[in-house]
Parts: sequence; structure tokens; C-alpha cells
Amino acid sequence: MKIEEMNRENEMLYSGHSACPGCGAALAVRFLTRALGPNLAIVLTASCWSIIAGVPPLTALKCPILHCPFPSAGSVGSGLRRGLNAKGKFDTTVVVLAGDGGTFDIGLQALSGAAQRNEDFIFVCYDNEAYMNTGMQTSSATPFGARTNTAPYPLFKEGQKKDIMQIMAAHSIPYAATATVAFPEDMEYKLKTAQKISGFRFIHILSPCPPGWGTESSETIELSRLAVSSGAFPLFEVRYGMDWKMTLPLEEKRTPLSEYLGIQKRFKDIDRDRLRVLQEEIDYEWEFLKDKVKRSEVLK
Amino acid sequence: MPFEVVSGSQAAAIAVQRVGVDMVAAYPITPQTAIVETLANFDARGELGAEFVSVESEYSALACCNGAAAAGARVFTATASHGLAYMHEMIHWCSGARFPIVMVNVNRSIGAPWCLDPDQGDSLSQRDTGWMQIYCSGAQEVFDTILQAYRLSEELLLPCMVVFDGFYISHTYEAVDIPDKKQVERFIGPPTFPPQVVPGEPGNIHGIIPGEKQIQLIKLKYEAMMKAPALFEGINSNFEEVFGRRYSAVDAVTPRGAKTAILAAGATAETVRWSLPQLAGTGMIQLRMFRPFPAEQIRAILKKSEFERIVVIDRNCSVGAGGIFAQELKAALYGLEDRPAIYELSLAGGIDLTGEMLIEMVESIDQNVKSGYRWGDELL
Repeated sequence: MKIEEMNRENEMLYSGHSACPGCGAALAVRFLTRALGPNLAIVLTASCWSIIAGVPPLTALKCPILHCPFPSAGSVGSGLRRGLNAKGKFDTTVVVLAGDGGTFDIGLQALSGAAQRNEDFIFVCYDNEAYMNTGMQTSSATPFGARTNTAPYPLFKEGQKKDIMQIMAAHSIPYAATATVAFPEDMEYKLKTAQKISGFRFIHILSPCPPGWGTESSETIELSRLAVSSGAFPLFEVRYGMDWKMTLPLEEKRTPLSEYLGIQKRFKDIDRDRLRVLQEEIDYEWEFLKDKVKRSEVLK
Repeated sequence: MPFEVVSGSQAAAIAVQRVGVDMVAAYPITPQTAIVETLANFDARGELGAEFVSVESEYSALACCNGAAAAGARVFTATASHGLAYMHEMIHWCSGARFPIVMVNVNRSIGAPWCLDPDQGDSLSQRDTGWMQIYCSGAQEVFDTILQAYRLSEELLLPCMVVFDGFYISHTYEAVDIPDKKQVERFIGPPTFPPQVVPGEPGNIHGIIPGEKQIQLIKLKYEAMMKAPALFEGINSNFEEVFGRRYSAVDAVTPRGAKTAILAAGATAETVRWSLPQLAGTGMIQLRMFRPFPAEQIRAILKKSEFERIVVIDRNCSVGAGGIFAQELKAALYGLEDRPAIYELSLAGGIDLTGEMLIEMVESIDQNVKSGYRWGDELL
């Protein structure tokens, strides 16, 4: 999509926000609010966006943002939805916005509770793969082999990135999807699809972080694209935990993983063994997804 | 008005149903569980008229209340002990956000080890969170206080914790005068406090601010809370007109010539009240409101009385300092001429208070016991 072709009418992110240059999260929320607005209320947990939103009474978005404590996003979202319903405001879309820490780690319990109750809102995780607001500390969304400030040289992040999509699919929620900033049409399709469904919806957005990942601010879109083409971050959607669908055609020939990792300083001195572990993980994930998609087709 | 024989927990739940809330967030914990169960039964019969959310933790119960209150909804939740401790972050957040949330805490000891008896350490650990706290001494008081707490909260835009003892009140059945919903609506109408989240209106609600702004907000919160004792009196005048009963933030029994007063809050106050005939020359002070601490009211009572010493019953212990009600009382009386001597009886762990213990405590003061601090288990 060319910039000129984008629908700029519903722009809800003001210029002058406090994000770093090249921030994937700022871009993700720009696409998100444009797709879902204008009748939108955002619950925002502690994350980079707590800063990007600006200092009150100034604000970065053209809709209400309700800040909430770190572990509480899923529950505050549940309450806000119910409160708006009690006041007859059924038409407002409630979006809960959390980083990977507020989703994969400290927010997981409230997220799981809200998903299990099938609360009627959209939970959006913008995943920059570490605690970036506090300066790049390991989260359970940090990929294996990456360097963080709580895994400094010669250490590296041990253990796989938590598979949040499988966790959410296991809750049998009406809709869950992955998205990333290099594919705005795909993201818009998923957000608009989610908006039309009632019940709990989960969108996992990979949002590259130049200072955290050690990349140039101009490389955000390229990174986002390479994450998809290398298979590190496949784009798909799941309905009710059963109906899995790839939203970009499966390609057997993928971009080498080294191209995606090579431009990121956090993977600067990853060795061959660790690269192989990561590659095996990705290969396994692709086989898993293909299998899920195939089974979904049989079910139909 | 119809009297019903109900437990303290049932009285609390019926009060919430009569008030008419928009949302209840429910999570079980002993000895509070009967409150949310009774509310669930109202819901099952279609008589609750509120969203009933069975959340996955106490933390989420209060977080859920937070979200709904942000939309302008009237909410309720109840907890106890570890549940209240687990909510701690959200408890602060609710008062900072100025959400008029009413929450019941049923006192229970906090572990380790596990203990179910009604130590007040759970609610008193939350004394600095910006919530009003009112301690009730019986089921009728529980019912009435919940009605009043919504008025207080919504007028001051501050959350209010209604506190009572586990088992002694929560599980004990009493005859309670329960007005119908229409009568309660005469006292408290639908919520009128403004919503913070208004769809269509941009707002960076509770976003990050510098300390210079934060102190201004804390000042406003402080000023609002300091209005609570006077407002409580006003609300009680109105309450009396409708229901024929009234309460004070602090009240006292001051028999002529009584030199000793026993100060208590919660169920122990009722024990003290019933033991007074056996305690010659002794009066009492019942503390209902603990936050804000009604220092002026206590000073006024002392001025009118002949009390020379006060025995404070503390069913709690701040280890390293002593009973918390006693500490607060000492601070409130600092600088007062003819300050009464203060003695402490600790019922930490939630141990029972008997009339015999009270008599021994008061008599031991007469024997010029040097230490002002007595452990209740030594009087058993």
C-alpha cells in the first residue's frame, strides 16, 4: 500500500507524541485507532505507551485513554466494558492496550480471566519483545538468544519465547490474530474483523523497537517484513481456537533467518548453535501452523 | 419496618442490593464468601439489577470495579485478609483516581501461618491508601453503614472501606431492621458522580505527571477526606429522618465519675458496651470512623468526660510499635493538656474478648501495673 492510498480521514494519533523515532508501537496504535475509531475507549497498562501518550492534560490520541496498573489491564477492560454497558454506551469499542510485559508476564492472569469469561473487548498486545520502557530487560516474550540488560554479555536470553497465540487459542476465544506494522492492510483487516465480532478478541502485534533491538529507526518496516518472511512471526488468525488460517500465503522458501537477526544488535554475537536452535523453533512452528490450517480445512 | 434474622454478611449483601449498584465483582475468601454468594443469589432471582462478574482474583475484583467506576457506574466488591493484601496496588490506585468505590473488608488474620480469626491487621495495613475506613460493631450497623458509605463516597469522590470482624459479625445472626428498596432509594438515589471515560472526548486519564502536580492532587484528596466526619454527621441526620437511627464517627458512654474509658472498634465495642455494668467507674469510646481519624471528636469527648485513662482494645499489632488504634489515639492527643494515660490490651491474632478479660485488665491498672501493654492471651 502506498502512503497516498491510506485512509487518512480517521487519523487519531496526534503529532508531537513522545515515542522514539521509528517506534513500531506508535505506528501500530496509529493503524489501530484509525481502523477502529472514532468511537473508541482505550485502557492502557504500564508500558512504553504510558509515556508516548504524553503528560496530561496533553494527550497523543483523539479518544479517551484510561491508564491502569501493570497487572490489571484485562480486568480494568472488563470493568470499563461493563460500566459503559450499564450507562447504555454499547456502541463504544473498548480496546485494552498492553506491551509484552503486560500481556505475557505480569498481565497474564487478568488476561486469561477476561478471555475465559469472554469479556466483550479487544485486547491488543504490542510486542517489542522486552521491557523497553524501563530499558530493555528480559520478558517472556524475548526470543531465545537475544541480549538484554538483564541478560548482558556473555549471557543471552535462555528459553523460548512464550507462545502467547497458542495460549489464547486454548481459551477458545472468538478471534485471535497476529499482525505487524509492515502489513497495514492485513492489520486493518484483522482489527475490523475483530470489531465486528462480540466477545473476547486478541490481536498480537509485533512492533520493532529501534533502541531496544539495536537497529536504525529507518529499519522498522524492513524488520517487521523480515520477521514475517523469515517465518519468525507468521501472520494468521484463529477463530474459537479451532479455525486456523494463514493470512499471507504459506511459502516454503523463506528468507534466511540470519537476514532478520543480522541487522539487530541484540543478536550481534549469536553463534551458530543458537541460530540453529532458533531456526528449529521456527521450522517447528511452521509445521505446527500448517497442520492446524489443514485440520481446520478438514473440519469445514 | 420488617426485622429479619440475618448474618452480618447477609446484611451487607442485602444492603448492596437495596442501594442498587451497576456492577458487582466477586471473588470468594473466608470469612467474606457469604457476601458474594448472597449477591449471586439475588442475581439468580433477577433481583440484583447489576452486572455480576466472577473474576479470577481479588486484585482483578478491584481492577474491574476501577474500570466500571471510570464509566460512571456504581460498583461493589468485598474481600478479607490475604485478598485485601493482594489488592494493595489497586487500593492505592482507586483513591488516586478518585473512584467512589465501596468495598467491604471482613477482618481476618494474615499469614503465615494460616489463621482465620478476626485480626484487624488486614484493613489497618491499608490505612495510608487514601480510603475512608468505617468499623462496624454489629449486623444492623453493617447494613446502615453500607448505605451511608455510598453517600459519603459519591459526595467526596473517595473510596470507602466498610470493615467488620470475621465470624463474630460475619457469621453471627442478629435481628436486623431491613427497609425495602423504595425506602432506601429515598435515602440514596441513582449515582450522579461524573464519568471519567466519555466516549468521543479525548482524555489522558491518570497519565504520568510530575511530583509538583501530584502533590496538588494529594492535597485535594486530603482536603476531601477531612470533610468526612462533618459530612458523616449530616448524612446521619438525613438517615435518621428516613430510618430513625443515627451514628457518629465516634461515640462515647460517659457515666458520672467514670475515670477509665475503654476504646474499641468493631465487634469488641459491643462486648465492651455489654460489659460496662460489671465495670464500676468505667465508660467507653466506640470508634467507627478510623480514616479520617476523628481526632477533634475524640478530644471533644475527653473534654466533656472525667476520663483519666484509656484502655485501647487493639485486635491487631504493628510489630515493633504496638496496637494501631492506640498509636493513632496517642498521636491525636499529642499536646493536649491533662492527657489521659493510655493502656493497651492486645487481641492480636483475632482472639476473643470476654467480660472477664476486661475486668482483669481494668483491675490490673488499679494495681499500678508498670507496663501499659498487655497481651490478651495472658488474661485468658
